[in-house]
Amino acid sequence: MLAAYMFVSVLLFAIGATGAMIRRNFLIVLMSLELMINGAGMALIVMSYYIGDISGQVMFLFVAAVAASETAVGLAIVAMMYKNKKSVDINDFTALRK
Amino acid sequence: MKTLILLIIIWPLIGFLINGLFGKWTKNYAGVIASSALGLSFLSAVYPMWQVILGNIYDYVYFVWMPFGEINIPFGLRLDSLSTVMLFVVTFVSWMIHIYSNGYMKGDPGYARYFTYLNLFVFSMLLLILGNNYLLMFVGWEGVGLCSYLLIGFWYDKKTASDAGEKAFVVNRIGDAGFIIGVLFILFNFNSVAYADVFPFVHQILTPETATIIGLALFLGAMGKSAQFPLYIWLTDAMEGPTPVSSLIHAATMVTAGVYMVARSNAIYDMSPIAMEVVASVGAFTAFYAATMALTHKDIKRILAYSTLSQLGYMFIGVGVGVYWAGIFHLMTHAFFKGLLFLGAGAVMHSMRGLLSIDLMGGLRKKMPQTVALMVIASLAIAGIPPFAGFFSKDAILAGALEMGHPIIWIVGEITAFMTAFYMFRFVFNVFYGEEKVPNLYHELHTHEAPKVMTIPMWILGVLSIIGGWVGLHISGEIPIEAFIARTAPTLEVASKAHYSEALLIGISVCMGLLGIFTAWVIYIKKWITADTIANTFRPIYTLLANTYYVDKFVYFFIVKPFWWVSEYFLWKIVDVKIIDAGVDLFGWISKRIGWLFRTLQTGFVNHYAYWISIGVMLLTSWYLIKII
Repeated sequence: MLAAYMFVSVLLFAIGATGAMIRRNFLIVLMSLELMINGAGMALIVMSYYIGDISGQVMFLFVAAVAASETAVGLAIVAMMYKNKKSVDINDFTALRK
Repeated sequence: MKTLILLIIIWPLIGFLINGLFGKWTKNYAGVIASSALGLSFLSAVYPMWQVILGNIYDYVYFVWMPFGEINIPFGLRLDSLSTVMLFVVTFVSWMIHIYSNGYMKGDPGYARYFTYLNLFVFSMLLLILGNNYLLMFVGWEGVGLCSYLLIGFWYDKKTASDAGEKAFVVNRIGDAGFIIGVLFILFNFNSVAYADVFPFVHQILTPETATIIGLALFLGAMGKSAQFPLYIWLTDAMEGPTPVSSLIHAATMVTAGVYMVARSNAIYDMSPIAMEVVASVGAFTAFYAATMALTHKDIKRILAYSTLSQLGYMFIGVGVGVYWAGIFHLMTHAFFKGLLFLGAGAVMHSMRGLLSIDLMGGLRKKMPQTVALMVIASLAIAGIPPFAGFFSKDAILAGALEMGHPIIWIVGEITAFMTAFYMFRFVFNVFYGEEKVPNLYHELHTHEAPKVMTIPMWILGVLSIIGGWVGLHISGEIPIEAFIARTAPTLEVASKAHYSEALLIGISVCMGLLGIFTAWVIYIKKWITADTIANTFRPIYTLLANTYYVDKFVYFFIVKPFWWVSEYFLWKIVDVKIIDAGVDLFGWISKRIGWLFRTLQTGFVNHYAYWISIGVMLLTSWYLIKII
């Protein structure tokens, strides 16, 4: 059973990472990040249940809180990006190269 | 007493700081401040000097200046009979010239700056003569060199003046290198540079060979500072500076530092007949050589400059043959009369609006009677006519040279004495007597006697030019100045002294002086033979002299030019451009290439960053897993 749960968790993380690397819409990238976090969180919960230690689940509460605040900041950034360039395509934001 | 001696050198330093830091506000009071600093310095010196005359010697250490290992170099001041003579000359003559400068420099935009330099100069000079070790002397030595440079180039917007300052600095550097080598030799041999640790032990530590090396190295320094052949070339150009500066630095005090240094190191020179022979010969040669150049020059300041060279040569004859007291005695009287001659020339320039050529002057005695009287006194003194000061000291040197067994130097000295009298009175007769050479020139220039602030210091120096030599008279079996200086710098002891009739020697010297004056009188007043006839008869010699033996041109073509060439085509175009610059460029090029390598990673696309982050995380994780398994 554990292997199946862990498989789902790794799958979630991998989908998230791939999405973060290849998608160009910043909103999708943010969603992918969220997926990655939740993949990792799921691993925490599963392992916590499996070894009978509550601390993994407690840890997930913190991770969820951090994920929420990260999304809030991320959405704020998207809002500002849209305001500046009328676009949320991350390939339009390459000013760091210069 | 310890504080009092320190105060002597502190006053000019205070004056320097006030005028140097607040010159913008002191403005017209700069001269008063500087002169009072010097006055206070002189007054502080009076009591210590009196105590030294009574027989005391002071040697105080104020603090350890440079402690390294077992060698401690102290900051200490020493006042003995030798430094007392110098101290009197430096403080008193400087004081007079400071006062004179108040009038001479009036209205100059650099008024405060001028007095700042002048006070700094006196401070350095006092450090040079009062320091109780060679290294402190060297500090003063360099300090006066710096001030000399600053003051020669005082009117720095004049190209010739700033060039002359540079020249003085560079030429002096050659001498200073010799001086510092000599000091290092002393340091190695004695483990100390303090006079008190060196001179008493000279015979135990030095061999005649090392004494010769030290003596010659130190003398190289003296040749630079005291402008002896062939390092004299800077002194004539130094006349670009303000005239009181020429008077103070390039006649009365700084240029005599070399003579003082040789007299101070008498214990070392006494051990090395070769070094002494070199000193005396260079002195005699310079005395003669410079006097010949003074014969033809028309620029009043340059005549005096060559005359200074020649008189410095006399001083080196004195210290070189071993009669140290005579050299120092001449140094003192020379400071009086040569200082006065320059101040007189300054007064003439002042009233002639800076004109210098004797061809433009003549008959000035009607316009400036006081200056003329003083110039005649000073000229008689330098010509060696009794009872003026120069007679006693010059006679002491020449008699000393003969007694010590140097008849050739004596002959050269006597011929030079003739030339000295001749060129000085050529100057006097041409400038002050006869008729006005350019009609109405004086009227246009409003030529007038110098103001009182200038004439009073001149009169004081004039009085000293007369009576200053009287300390060289025989009084109850001994000569006071000889006995006094010999306490510190005893006359060299030789196996057999030659004896000559003193009256005869004096007679010859005086005749030489009078003959010189008479010749000048015949040529320039009576015009029985005109100067042009002589110049035409001896045309090649005249040309040679008028071009100062082509030495400046020689130096220019064979030293300065090759130096520039090497600088430009080797040091600049090869070493600098091809090696140093290329080396620096190489480092820049390397960082640029490496930067290019990493720059390509910075695409600006967020996905790429995410990609690199994932790779990094994977690598770190793999490394961690491999480690724990």
